[in-house]
Amino acid sequence: MTLSEFDSYRPPETRRRRRSVLRAPQDGFARRRRRPGAGTNDGSREMPIVEDVEFTSYYGRPIVKPPPWGHEIAAYLFLGGLAGGSALLGLGAQLTGRGALRRSTRLTALGAAGAGAVFLISDLGRPERFLHMMRTVKITSPMSLGSWLLGAFSSAAGVAAAAEVDRLLGSRLPLGPLRGLLRGAAGPAGACAGLLGAPLAVYTAVLLSDTANPTWNAARRELPFVFVSSASLASGGMAMLTTAPSQTVPARVLAVLGVGGDLAAMALMQRRMHPAEAEPLHTGAAGTKLRWAERLAIAGGIGTIVGGGNRMAAGAAGLALLTASALTRFGVLEAGIESTRDPRHVIEPQKARLAARRAAGITHDSITTTG
Amino acid sequence: MTTRPVWTDPAAEVHWPPEHARKGFFTDTSICIGCKACEVACKEWNRNPTDGDFEILGSSYDNTGGLGANTWRHVAFIEQDRERIEQARESGRRLVSLGMPQVGPPEARTGPGAAPGADAGPGAAAASAPVDVLGGLADGTVSTADPTGPGAGMGVPGTGVPGAAGVDTAPPDTPEFRWLMSSDVCKHCTHAGCLDVCPTGALFRTEFGTVVVQADICNGCGTCVAGCPFGVIERRDDGTVSPKTDRDGRARREQDVPHAGTANKCTLCYDRLVDGLTPACAKTCPTTSIKFGDHSDMVDSAEDRVRNLHAQGMTEARLYGANPADGVGGTGSVFLLLDEPEVYGLPPDPRVPTKDLPQMFATAGIAAAGMIAATALAFLSGRS
Repeated sequence: MTLSEFDSYRPPETRRRRRSVLRAPQDGFARRRRRPGAGTNDGSREMPIVEDVEFTSYYGRPIVKPPPWGHEIAAYLFLGGLAGGSALLGLGAQLTGRGALRRSTRLTALGAAGAGAVFLISDLGRPERFLHMMRTVKITSPMSLGSWLLGAFSSAAGVAAAAEVDRLLGSRLPLGPLRGLLRGAAGPAGACAGLLGAPLAVYTAVLLSDTANPTWNAARRELPFVFVSSASLASGGMAMLTTAPSQTVPARVLAVLGVGGDLAAMALMQRRMHPAEAEPLHTGAAGTKLRWAERLAIAGGIGTIVGGGNRMAAGAAGLALLTASALTRFGVLEAGIESTRDPRHVIEPQKARLAARRAAGITHDSITTTG
Repeated sequence: MTTRPVWTDPAAEVHWPPEHARKGFFTDTSICIGCKACEVACKEWNRNPTDGDFEILGSSYDNTGGLGANTWRHVAFIEQDRERIEQARESGRRLVSLGMPQVGPPEARTGPGAAPGADAGPGAAAASAPVDVLGGLADGTVSTADPTGPGAGMGVPGTGVPGAAGVDTAPPDTPEFRWLMSSDVCKHCTHAGCLDVCPTGALFRTEFGTVVVQADICNGCGTCVAGCPFGVIERRDDGTVSPKTDRDGRARREQDVPHAGTANKCTLCYDRLVDGLTPACAKTCPTTSIKFGDHSDMVDSAEDRVRNLHAQGMTEARLYGANPADGVGGTGSVFLLLDEPEVYGLPPDPRVPTKDLPQMFATAGIAAAGMIAATALAFLSGRS
């Protein structure tokens, strides 16, 4: 009992409920359970500072950290795919003698790769040290391999695009005797860029998946297909936007194939993930972006098939496809960032896979042991 | 009984000469008093800037929040009632019954003070079947009356009355309330995700088997932040990770921020190790909750300690990171926890992402080939 008169102002004591001990801790993700007047009111027992809490996480704080990647990285994901796909289209155009398509795709490839590189560097914590990426070649680091890939691709695409620019300007670039060399190197450089284009479009998927980020890591089996499809439809769309329809038939076919691949891979990816890992892909801002990406991809694909021969219709469809690809990349990046905010996205899948391994009789590989 | 998995020596893997043993921490949270001296010593020695604006976070006595670029030791505070304690005790007991990795046969693992001839053997322990795996420690050689008493201390010989089979071995009464306090730190994984994905080589494996960032090399790309399954490493800036707000119009405190824009984390006081000193946090810890030494010794003490606690009925005790077969190859910093890892903000089943990298590259290769094939198909079909 207490003798303090102020204790009469305390709320009445409520009995502490006893819940079943046997209740599995992973059924449901309980947060703070607010209950008025928890504890005793006579001051004889220690009063918890924090109200009665059921912990299955540490105050709901994140477990893994989001990488410090902003819109620049999402833009690079889009531009890298666009550059890679365009270089691949450029190689095809080069081999099949489609001059206008070759010119526009080569210029797109260099422009997109160049802008992407600028975005990449600006997102570094120490942009002045961007050349440190070239200190080493590390097979375990997709970022390292990607840097070399982007460097090689940009060099090749640069030579091919320079030749196009020189041709566009009627040989007015002050090249002198180097002009012959440039013209001769343009073909091999275009081929080189084309072959590096597909790896450039796909490596970013590995870069995202090779992380502890729950959503990106869980996407590792399908994200490469999403990204090459997205790159295909974006580069096809860009060609439709920049080139006369007479030369864009292959680009249109590639775009439609890309739309099909994108929709299929995205659906499969979400279905095979743990629900807690897939959730950020269809909720919030990222979910909205991905839904619009899907709609625009479908609209763009239909527009390509129906109106691909008409310059205006093809341009509109191309624009829809480009937007779809950009929204896909922004959505996937933001979903991953979002998935780190709530520890549920980390804890639930990990507990589930741990329980599955235990159910299968595998008990030797748990990080928690008793001696 | 599973055979004990073998620890790989991460320093030897990167061709360091075998001059130094792998070093590590053993953080025994059962004797942590939450004084946060480790946080302070770490900040002072490493000259880390402050985090945030001294906000009250409303999470018991933890106003630090978590590990980050500027916080390399973090003391977690968790308040638990009787119910949660019983749940923790039960989940720990289930770990035992699942046959988690053990060190050799139980007979070889009697308490440190048990005389070879003392008949504290499995026969006596069989009476208390659920804790049979404790190998004789449960049969009354350790007092079960006082779970937190002096007998619970590390290395205290577990000799009591030999052969006292009649002693009550029931777990002691569960207390009404407890505080869990745990000093978290970089795990210095055997297979470190941050190290694997670093593109510049700024992160490296030291001769002590630890993982350290070279601040003059790191260009702040942030890949390591995503690569860490424990959310330890972080870029030191005002990016998307930890925005520092101006509260009430007050500007952020003026302070010297070294190595801005680069990734930062615990170095296990590499600068002290090369001079043969103990890391600042372990040096300052007043209760020896943070122990530092050769990694193999740390794992051994941790295993002794958890067996000791189980023998006293504190089945909520469990080790975290002491298993070289886990998803990160075992950690350099081993913890003794008194509840599920996620209660402390630790992942329950971390896995180094690069473990799946070969398959990811293979999948990416197939996807790239598919893209080239689709383009070829497009041009072939477009010819007609």
